[in-house]
Amino acid sequence: MPKNLEKFNIVIVGTGGQGLITLLQIIAEAALFEGYEVRTSELHGLSQRGGSVEVHIRFGKEVFSPLVSQGEADLILGLEMQEALRAYPFANSGTAFLLNKKIISIPLVKNLTETEILKCLKKISKNIILVPAEEICQEKLGAKVVAGIYLISLASFKNLIPLKPNSISRAIKKIIPEKYLELNLKTFKLAKAY
Amino acid sequence: MEEILLQKPGKKNILLGNEAIVRGALESGVQFVSTYPGTPASEIGNTFFKLSQAGKYKGYFEFSTNEKVALEAGIGASFSCLKTLVAMKNFGLNVCSDSLLPFLYTGAKGPTVIIAADDPSCHSSAQSEENSRAFAFLAHIPILEPSDPQECKDFTELAFKISEKFKIPVMVRTTTRVAHQRAPIKFKKITRPGCVIGKFIKEPRRFVTMPPRVLEMKKELLEKIEKIKQFSEKSKLNASLSVSDTDRQKIGIITSGVSYLYVREALKELSLNLPVLKLGFFYPLPEKKIQNFIKKFKKVLIVEELEPYLEKEIERLAKDVNPKLEIIGKKILSEVGELKPEQVILALSKLMGRKKHKFQIPDSKFQVPKRSPQLCPGCPYWLVFGAVKKAVDPKKVIFGGDIGCYMLAGFPPHNIQDYLSCMGSSIGIAHGIKKALQHGSEQVTGQKLITFIGDSTFFHSGIPALINTVFNKSNPLIIVMENQTTAMTGHQPHPGAPLVPNGIKIEKIVRACGVKNLKIIDPINQQEFINAVKEFLDKSEVSVIIATHPCIFVAQKNA
Repeated sequence: MPKNLEKFNIVIVGTGGQGLITLLQIIAEAALFEGYEVRTSELHGLSQRGGSVEVHIRFGKEVFSPLVSQGEADLILGLEMQEALRAYPFANSGTAFLLNKKIISIPLVKNLTETEILKCLKKISKNIILVPAEEICQEKLGAKVVAGIYLISLASFKNLIPLKPNSISRAIKKIIPEKYLELNLKTFKLAKAY
Repeated sequence: MEEILLQKPGKKNILLGNEAIVRGALESGVQFVSTYPGTPASEIGNTFFKLSQAGKYKGYFEFSTNEKVALEAGIGASFSCLKTLVAMKNFGLNVCSDSLLPFLYTGAKGPTVIIAADDPSCHSSAQSEENSRAFAFLAHIPILEPSDPQECKDFTELAFKISEKFKIPVMVRTTTRVAHQRAPIKFKKITRPGCVIGKFIKEPRRFVTMPPRVLEMKKELLEKIEKIKQFSEKSKLNASLSVSDTDRQKIGIITSGVSYLYVREALKELSLNLPVLKLGFFYPLPEKKIQNFIKKFKKVLIVEELEPYLEKEIERLAKDVNPKLEIIGKKILSEVGELKPEQVILALSKLMGRKKHKFQIPDSKFQVPKRSPQLCPGCPYWLVFGAVKKAVDPKKVIFGGDIGCYMLAGFPPHNIQDYLSCMGSSIGIAHGIKKALQHGSEQVTGQKLITFIGDSTFFHSGIPALINTVFNKSNPLIIVMENQTTAMTGHQPHPGAPLVPNGIKIEKIVRACGVKNLKIIDPINQQEFINAVKEFLDKSEVSVIIATHPCIFVAQKNA
């Protein structure tokens, strides 16, 4: 049942410990549910310990490379805003930036501010969506850890990812361990209301 | 983890490359698995460990103390007729190479597959950008190179078959972008390992590599390789992509591993239809197939990561069939760092004489401050580094580093790492430096030296260096960071970890090595730690502090 979508390229960025690989797994499963070819790339090990993390997901009728080429991202999902700017070489003028309104300070250096980051990103793309995901999840669910799940759910509801919300929720059920499933499904529903 | 055990042949499931290797081994009925963790190969051991603990893998599994003993355990299992898998990262091959070379001479009795994972761009590798394909030339070990998770599974299975057929260990070489790639793959049925009790039948002619027999063994090995070359010639693993009117094409591409995926991506992106020869075998190469492929071209592009091993072989093969062939590889593709799809697109478009391929890369340039990895909040190493910096003037002391999370000593805010090499080397090099600084004198010289080594690394290869330091008499201060786990690679157990039955105490080993200046201190007791560092740095003999405090992840697990 492969569809007509040629290919869709996602780069997710954040810092070590923000759960990027889980998000990657959910999107990959959702794409497989919809009959697409999928390839992803991730990194493990020390560099991920609190450092910059970047994972790639590609799906569509036919995809070969597990890595997104420069300038080819359709969506850059930034769980941290400085990391989102760092990923700019993957963007083009049509790239959507879905951003968690969050800056995790880099120690001992001058950090970029939200205003500075947005100013830069706007030079690249008009399509910048800033969402206080962590704040919303903390307020409504008491758990900011699910901000990433909130954002990928939101991306499917807002058509920023060409995958049905239903596929995302099915994938959440498949990937998230039983113990945390209820919280994650609540997060999914909460994203619909944004 | 459950995915790996699904018994629905034909249905597609998404697996990580490393998990696909596990599945391939399970489908082959693997009976004995040994490994030492190392990124990007760690998930192979982790998965077998979890399956074993859950009683879902009935064969034998162990986290070995280092890669040399992991391979030796595997050799013993193979000599005892078991189907054996040994997994490690690239540098592990260096550690076990002493056992690897003779294993090719004796051959494998039980089919044996060795997984070696390279890390181009050194994403998780501190010491060098190793290209383990070179071991083919050194050891005459057949090497297969998968490019994606499906091939990880299929090639592992085939490696077992080749090993069984030719009685030789076979290597499957992955890279980070293969081992840590996810894609849907098709399963076959899992083969139950059956009886996992081996049987050792005495065959000294086969298992003893002593002269003069050893030279006969080498001859037999080369004969085996010749036979495997015939197999490689016929194998579907080395396949050219069918293209219409191949005869009229002037340019061809030869590639392997993940580079193949970039080539396919580039051809699609540039709407090109060039003949491609994908090599699943790195060694032995299907020489006739390659010669047949290149004989009519004017140019051939070799797309491979790191050193140009394929390119060199193809230069040699072209001399007989197409001496005028222009062979292009490292001239336009870097030998340093992993390849990226856009580099292959650019190379190909240049080769085709096209105008520069336009990427829609933004014109603007932005600077974002570097975010280096950091010790976790609550990591006991904060306490150790903090105490050391309070005890001494860091400018006046030499600091040795080793492989583990404590390599972060080299980054701000710590900045206490003056040398770093391979597993266990901090102590060996410390001894050399101290000897160089104080040769001919038993006096304590002005320049002091402190080395850091983790507990798993100490077990891995620190112990012989400690013995050497005691025996040959030098006086570094060695701080063993006993956090009770192999933290950096994902918290695998090691011989001294708590919860390990009959755990081996580092304290006892250090004492048995003859170290007199030894203290075991929880670095939470900062003043005690500071005092010990000061005291030990004035000693004329080697000193050891065991900084004992669990990794926060161990602490969480035990809570």
